[in-house]
Amino acid sequence: MRKIKFILQKEFIQIFRNKTMLPMIFGIPIIQLVILVHAATLEMKSIDMYVVDKDLSSLSHKLVSKFEGSPFYNISGSSFSIDEANEAIEKNQADFILHIPQGFERDLMRENSSKVQLLIDGINGTAASLVNAYSSSVIADFNRNIIVDLTQRPQIVDSNPISVETSYWYNPELNYKIYMLPGILVILVTIISMFLAAMNIVREKEIGTIEQLNVTPIKKFEFIVGKLVPFLIIALFELAFGLAIGKFFFHVPMVGSLGLLFGFAVVYLLVVLGIGLFISTISSTQQQVMFIAFFFMLVFILMSGIFTPTESMPMWAQKVNIINPFYYFMRVIRMILLKGSGFWDISREFFSLVIYAVIMLSLSVWRYRKVS
Amino acid sequence: MQNQTEYIVEVSDLKKTYEKVEAVKGVSFNVSKGELFGLIGPDGAGKTSIFRILTTLMFPSSGDVKLLNYDVVSEYKNIRTNIGYMPQRFSLYQDLSVEENLAFFARIFGTTIEENYDLIKDIYIQIEPFKDRLAGKLSGGMKQKLALCCALIHSPDVLVLDEPTTGVDAVSRKEFWEMLIRLKQKGITILVSTPYMDEANMCDRVALIQNGEIMSIDKPEAVIANFGRKLWAVKSNNIYQLIQDLRSIDFIDTVFPFGEYLHVTAKDLDLDLKDLKLRLKEKNHSEIEILEIEANIEDCFMELMTK
Repeated sequence: MRKIKFILQKEFIQIFRNKTMLPMIFGIPIIQLVILVHAATLEMKSIDMYVVDKDLSSLSHKLVSKFEGSPFYNISGSSFSIDEANEAIEKNQADFILHIPQGFERDLMRENSSKVQLLIDGINGTAASLVNAYSSSVIADFNRNIIVDLTQRPQIVDSNPISVETSYWYNPELNYKIYMLPGILVILVTIISMFLAAMNIVREKEIGTIEQLNVTPIKKFEFIVGKLVPFLIIALFELAFGLAIGKFFFHVPMVGSLGLLFGFAVVYLLVVLGIGLFISTISSTQQQVMFIAFFFMLVFILMSGIFTPTESMPMWAQKVNIINPFYYFMRVIRMILLKGSGFWDISREFFSLVIYAVIMLSLSVWRYRKVS
Repeated sequence: MQNQTEYIVEVSDLKKTYEKVEAVKGVSFNVSKGELFGLIGPDGAGKTSIFRILTTLMFPSSGDVKLLNYDVVSEYKNIRTNIGYMPQRFSLYQDLSVEENLAFFARIFGTTIEENYDLIKDIYIQIEPFKDRLAGKLSGGMKQKLALCCALIHSPDVLVLDEPTTGVDAVSRKEFWEMLIRLKQKGITILVSTPYMDEANMCDRVALIQNGEIMSIDKPEAVIANFGRKLWAVKSNNIYQLIQDLRSIDFIDTVFPFGEYLHVTAKDLDLDLKDLKLRLKEKNHSEIEILEIEANIEDCFMELMTK
C-alpha cells in the first residue's frame, strides 16, 4: 500500500508541474459555465418579425402594436408585398411573417371572424414551434380583448370556460439556467476526468516509461489506483468549484444534500475513469485516445438528456442510455439540486452505476497487461 | 543438475514470432554469475526481443528461459524484484527532476537512495550537481547515467542494458563501459546488447547474432582466433573501383570495406601479393597499399554472415 502513496506523490508532482494543467482546472469551468449556460438557452428572445399589413385599419394596428409591446418581438421590417417579406426570411432578416389580409377589420365587424397568417422560418424546428406557440398566444390574447371591445360588455360566456392555472414545481420561473448549469457541470467533470486519465496512461506508453514501471514489482491494482485517484480528486474538486460558480453567479438552488451528491459523484467518476482507463489500454497513442473518447462523448452527451427529456426518445435510444453514464448523473444532479431528492429516490441510478463501475474497472484491470 | 545454480541466465531454444515474422529463431545461451555478456548484432537482429523476454516484458513463443532460476513465464514476479533494466529508448520521467526520478524508482522497489548509495555513487556523483534539473533537460550522456542509476538503485542481481551506447558520443561511450566494468567487479551480472563491434572486446563473452540466430558464442579473443584465416587490408586511389576489381579476381574470396581500407580474404591459405599488385596495376589502380592485418570482431561477424 505504501507504493500507492509513492505513485500518487509522483502523479501530483507531474500534474502540477504541467503548465497547462492549472489553467485547465480553473479556467475551463469558469469559461464553460459562464458562456455555455447563457448561450445554451432554449428561451426565445428578440424574435424578428416582418409585418405585411394590407388592411391598415385601427384594428390591424392594434394587433401589430400588441406584438411590438411584447419583449420577445422586434419588428425587423414591414411592407405591403408578401414577396418582399419572403425575401426577408430568405436573407435571415426575419424569423416569421405576420400577414394581415385586406378586409381584416371589416370581416371581423361584419362576420365576427377574420383571419391572419403566420409564415415561420422552419429551419430550426424547435425555434419554429416556439415562435408559433408564442405568437399564437399573443393572437389568442388579442382575440379575447377584441370580443370585449366589440361587444362592449363584459365577457360572461368565455370561450375558455375552464381556466388553467399552471404552476411549475422545482423551477417556478422556468429559469433555463438553473436547469442547464447542472447538466453542463456534468459534462465538464466527465471530460476532465475521462480525458486526463486516459491521456495520462497513454502518455506513459508513448514516452516508454510504462516499460520501466512494468519491470518493477508494482502490482496492477497499485498502478491503477495510483493512476485513478489523482483524477478522482481533481474531478471532485472541479465539481465543487462548478457548484460554487452556480451558487454565486446563477443562484442555482441546492435543495438536496451535497454529501449525497458528492457520494454519487464518486461512484459516477469511478465509471468514467474506468472507461478512460479502458480506452487507454486499447490505444497506443494520445491521438487514438482523443478520437475514441471524443466519439463516445459526443454520442453520450447528446443522448444524455441535457437538452431534451430522455423519456421522449425512441425506445431503442432509451435502451442505449443504460450504458450512458451521463444519463444517470444528468438526472441525479438535477434531482438532488433542484428537487432535493434523497438516497432512496436515486437508489436505482446509484446501484446501476455501482454495477457499471465494477464492470468497467475490472474490464480495464483485465485489459491492462504488464506483459505483452 | 549440480551446476545449474551457477547460471544466472539460461536460455534454451527460445523462439519469438510476431504475427508472421520470426524475430528469434531458436536461440540458446547461458550466462554465469558475475559475467559481462554481450549480444552483438546489427539492428533488427532480435537483440531487443530477447531482452524484453528476459525482463518479463514479453512472453516467448516457445523455449525455456530462466533468470536466477526463475521461469520468465510462470515466476516472472520473482524476477522483477531482482533485475535492473535499461531500455533502448530513454524512458524516465522527463518532467521529474533527476533526484525525483531516482527517489521514485527506489521507493517503488521498497528501498531508498541512501540504502544503496554505495552502488551508484561513482555514477551518481557525476550527475549530482544537476539533481534538481528535469530529466528531459539533461544531455544524452547524462540521461544515460541517470537511467543506469535508476536501473541500479534497488541493487539488482542482474542488469540488462539494451543498446545503452547507441547515440552516445565516443567519450561517453568509453566512460560508460568503464562504469560497467566497475559494476561487474561488484558482482553484478550484466547483459548488454550493442550494434558496435568494437565494444565486443570489453565483454567477457559475446554472442554474435544475426536474423534471430546466434552465429557464435565465445570469448572475444576466441571468436577472433576462430577466424582462422589470413586477412589483408588493401587500398588504392579509387576505392570504389577497387571493390569491383578485387571481387572479379578469381583467387579472392571476400571483400568488405572498413573505413579507408578494404578487408580481403583469399580462397587459398595465402595470397601472392606481387601477383595481386600486378593485376590491380593492369586495371589502372595507383598508390596501391596491401598490408597483412589481424582480424577483429567485425571481420569475424562478416565472415560468419557470409557462411
